[in-house]
Amino acid sequence: MSKEVKKIMGLEERELFAPGHRACAGCGEALGIRHTIKAAGENTIVVSATGCMEVISTPYPETAWKVPWIHAAFENNSAVASGIDASLKKQGKRDETNLLVVGGDGSTFDIGFGALSGAIERGHKFTYVCTDNEAYMNTGIQRSGASFPFSSTTTAPAGKKVHGKMDPKKPLPLIVAAHGSGYVATASIANLIDLNRKVKEALTRDGVSFVHVYSPCPRGWYHASDSALEIARLAIDTRVFPLYEIDNGVLKFTQKIEKEKAKPLEEYTKTQRRFKHLDEEDMKKLKEYVNDRYSFLEGIEGKKCFDTLY
Amino acid sequence: MVNIDIKKATVTEASVSVAWGARLSRPEVIPMYPITPQTHIVEHLAEFINNGEMDAEMIHVESEHSALSAMVGSVAAGSRTFTATASQGLALMYEILPIMSGMRLPGVMAVANRALSAPINIWNDHSDSVSARDQGWIQLWVESSQEALDTVIQAYKISENKKVMLPVMVNLDGFSLSHVYEPVEIPDQGKVDKFLPEYKAEDFLDLKNPKTFGPIGFPSDYMEFKEQQQAAMFEAEPVVQEVAKEFGKAFGREYGDGLVEEYKMEDAEYAVIGMGTLCGTAKDAVDELREKGIKAGVLRLKCMRPLPAERIQKAVKGLKALAVIDRHVSLGFEGPLFTDLRSALYETGLQVNGYVAGLGGKDIKIQHFEKVFNELKEGKKKGGWLL
Repeated sequence: MSKEVKKIMGLEERELFAPGHRACAGCGEALGIRHTIKAAGENTIVVSATGCMEVISTPYPETAWKVPWIHAAFENNSAVASGIDASLKKQGKRDETNLLVVGGDGSTFDIGFGALSGAIERGHKFTYVCTDNEAYMNTGIQRSGASFPFSSTTTAPAGKKVHGKMDPKKPLPLIVAAHGSGYVATASIANLIDLNRKVKEALTRDGVSFVHVYSPCPRGWYHASDSALEIARLAIDTRVFPLYEIDNGVLKFTQKIEKEKAKPLEEYTKTQRRFKHLDEEDMKKLKEYVNDRYSFLEGIEGKKCFDTLY
Repeated sequence: MVNIDIKKATVTEASVSVAWGARLSRPEVIPMYPITPQTHIVEHLAEFINNGEMDAEMIHVESEHSALSAMVGSVAAGSRTFTATASQGLALMYEILPIMSGMRLPGVMAVANRALSAPINIWNDHSDSVSARDQGWIQLWVESSQEALDTVIQAYKISENKKVMLPVMVNLDGFSLSHVYEPVEIPDQGKVDKFLPEYKAEDFLDLKNPKTFGPIGFPSDYMEFKEQQQAAMFEAEPVVQEVAKEFGKAFGREYGDGLVEEYKMEDAEYAVIGMGTLCGTAKDAVDELREKGIKAGVLRLKCMRPLPAERIQKAVKGLKALAVIDRHVSLGFEGPLFTDLRSALYETGLQVNGYVAGLGGKDIKIQHFEKVFNELKEGKKKGGWLL
């Protein structure tokens, strides 16, 4: 229904997330958001949670958004979207409108999880994109349910006794899939063409579809501002962030890294100061953790492991 | 007084009246979440919708926080929206109250007022809504089943007025009104449609004209936003009166002037002021006291925010003393309505006594009012808790 959009390497040339926003230099999340809305297109309403992306993109009276955009609070983007979905349905505008809900890991994994869960159960039609930088970055790098094990954050700092976060990362994509969502995917700023395709695919689905986007944070991970893409690539190659989609309950890797071909985990951790404190024992445990998670996914690969409700 | 054509009336529970008020206002979206004593409101709306008598999208949200958040979304998308809650539900919504009013989104929420925990208590007082009074919602308070219905319809007209654009809370006492059956005249849909035309949003999430809702406001601008909200609140006061008058003309029912209802105030020397059903008991007490030759009267505050200060100053002219009955207490100080009214009446020099009563559903009896009026007559500065 929209006019032909010029593309470069499969990515739309036009920008719907304008430059001049106030993200930090080298922000991985802003890149993820920019390419998410690029894929979603003009006929999209964006619902944002409170967080970095909201703050950097809408300093009143300026806005980076060239599509209708709304933000209400931290934990309610899925609930606000539920209201918009119902309204669009009632007004007969549902088919012509993409509804895109965005939130960081704090809002998605933690405080807004209840609202997301409720919205999935009710079968609202929207695509939720979680840009995950593994901590509450907007408030100053505090531990979240998405923080990576052993990472140092300001509320789970690497101390002499406790070496950062001692808990696992919440397996959110799997939890969303277990709700019966028809399309769940992980994506990364390291592969924007893949991200573009996954966002587009998600938007075609009924019910709530979910895309989990790996988003390095130079400030919070203490990495150089020119390294976000390199770190994102290493996260894939070291099997820290597996790329897959769960389509109608069946998991398929979109870029599978075999154990033998995986790069050593140290190549990833050494790029970021949040892992600087890791001793030999920590590294051993972290390797086990990463491999166990990946093995689990390999174990369910290709099988109908989740019942889908839409 | 409520002017009901008894031949056209049906005996209806006040919660059902509220549901009728909502149904006749034709909201497009109704996010709903159950909480006692509000449940009958949303249950009846669900029945209307599932029986095909009402055309609205229900959203069975997973919490009150999400109910109000969904309301923010649906109003921002351009739909007239209704919801209802009470007590802990309103407390859970609290975060979104100033967001909805700050974004200048119109809408109506009924609150079946109930005490706040702890101890958990499902019965009536005003602690839920009164403690939310600073969050930019217009607060209307009703006394009868018919008034509840009529006020929901009026509330949309006030809320959507371009000079106002603020959400409205319609407060009715939990159980002591919400579950009371009274004769109610259900207005004709055609007449309501004429009184309350379809909502046409000027600012909404429009693909053709993209706008940003809910940006970050820096110290350079935040206070200007609040100044505009304050101005809109004051603009709302005459709008409440105009709408009440217009409603009276169309439906033959008026409740004071929409802001305050006066009972036997013409020659009154002593009066009480309060909100909700306690005023019904106060009126009975006044009738008895008048038989004993005491010139007593009642002021029922219908609109707590905006607080119609000048209107109240006018109403108390000629009084020797006034008693404020709060169904809430600001712990560590006094009844908040007492604080408000003493401030509003400071320049009149009128003696104002403050009483806290009826917390957590405790009965407010005629004897309580007799005590209050006796203290007013004694001319001493008194007040306290009516236990």
